[in-house]
Amino acid sequence: MIEIKGVHKSFGDLEVLKGIDLTVNRGEVVSIIGASGSGKSTLLYCINAIEKINGGNIIVDGIDVHDKKTDKNKLRENLGMVFQQWNSFPHLTVLENAALAPQIVKGFSKEKAEEIARKELIHVGLGDKLDEYPTRMSGGQQQRLAIARALAMEPPYMLFDEVTSALDPELVGEVLDTLRLLRDDGMTMICVTHEIAFAKEVSDKVAFFHEGVIEEMGTPEEVLDNPQKERTQQFLSKVL
Amino acid sequence: MNLFTPLSWNDTGFILTGILNTVYISVVAIVIGSLLGLLVGFLRAESNKTVNVILGTFLDVLRSVPLIIQLILFSTFIGVMGFPLPPFFAGAIVLSLYTMAFMSEVFRSGFNSVPVSMIKAARSLGMNYLQTVRYIRIPIGMRSVFPSWLGVAQSVIKDSALVSVIGYMELLRTAEQLISRTQQPLMILLGVGLFYFMISYPLSRYGKYVERKMEI
Ligand SMILES: Nc1ncnc2c1ncn2[C@@H]1O[C@H](COP(=O)(O)OP(=O)(O)OP(=O)(O)O)[C@@H](O)[C@H]1O
Ligand SMILES: [Mg+2]
Repeated sequence: MIEIKGVHKSFGDLEVLKGIDLTVNRGEVVSIIGASGSGKSTLLYCINAIEKINGGNIIVDGIDVHDKKTDKNKLRENLGMVFQQWNSFPHLTVLENAALAPQIVKGFSKEKAEEIARKELIHVGLGDKLDEYPTRMSGGQQQRLAIARALAMEPPYMLFDEVTSALDPELVGEVLDTLRLLRDDGMTMICVTHEIAFAKEVSDKVAFFHEGVIEEMGTPEEVLDNPQKERTQQFLSKVL
Repeated sequence: MNLFTPLSWNDTGFILTGILNTVYISVVAIVIGSLLGLLVGFLRAESNKTVNVILGTFLDVLRSVPLIIQLILFSTFIGVMGFPLPPFFAGAIVLSLYTMAFMSEVFRSGFNSVPVSMIKAARSLGMNYLQTVRYIRIPIGMRSVFPSWLGVAQSVIKDSALVSVIGYMELLRTAEQLISRTQQPLMILLGVGLFYFMISYPLSRYGKYVERKMEI
């Protein structure tokens, strides 16, 4: 379970998160929507301890993420993250990309790491690209590689930050299909997304961010079909 | 008796030793200079302004004082201080530091060429700082600067000829001795020039080839 309680985060004088409360249970899919600059990415970075927070708590399976004593690297093994930019490692093949972290972070043998990596790559449909270099692949394929690379750490949670935003429109579908696959596997996910139709389809819960606060949260039917708040209505009327 | 004896096959061993000494001191300087340059380049990419200004000034001095002056200064200095070194060691130390000064800039730009977002992606996989350096930043950064690295290495081979001024018997000094004995400067110097060309030219072609391949 991920428990986010009263989280505040500032960059200098700019307060980006102004008290965020959000709970994500095992097996749940939570989508975060909202305008650019509302703090969606920042929240994901805070969950993963890539950014520090200025107030509140984030607890993952009972472990306080921002406690000084917490081993951040150990924690990140449990929180797979995929970014808008796929950031494939260009010097490694597809298989090596996905096998690297299990090998050096978890200390698995090369064979075991590659076995897990191969399984995840096949799962996301890259089974025929194992020995390819990522720079020779399309954005959609590289993004699926990024997903498989995160999955190879076998994390119980996955954080997705607008993973389709940098893709050409015709490549969005294959990446969304991969996310659907994970949902069907029962993966716990937080998806920051601009794909409202997709959020409606896959989410258990939708949170609408506005200027650093969760303006409205509930089931997709509540938030997306019958928004109660004016700002949510305005936002949806703009993007739909 | 004739004071001068023409170049003959008997000189082959002597010339070969000169060639090997040139190769030897160049390789030593390139290896040590690259390792130190990697370290210093990394420090520069990671450090704050103060450290960078201090390091940068020191490197600027190494890069801007002509190598020949550094060689003479250093060997005179250690002589005066009472620690004379054999010409090879004195030459290798100066040439390595000189190489380091150039390599550090090459490597620094390599480190800076790795996008922050890629490092974040690596950290998000649970890699610690040193693992991102070892498995991501060094290999990616170094790959991108390979052509520049080759360029520096190539000029070090040429610059190694200057070590002759402090008495190291590399190719140029070997040639000078042969010239004073044979009085055949034109032929000998042409041969020496040809040797440097034969080493440099393939290296620079290879560098260009790699560069072109990386652009694709
Ligand atoms: N490292 C940083 N330093 C300073 N300001 C930052 C930093 N990262 C983000 N910000 C600022 O924080 C605010 C929130 O950014 P964030 O990236 O979380 O927004 P977002 O909701 O993800 O937007 P988008 O939909 O454009 O991705 C923005 O105003 C941004 O400029
Ligand atoms: Mg964002």
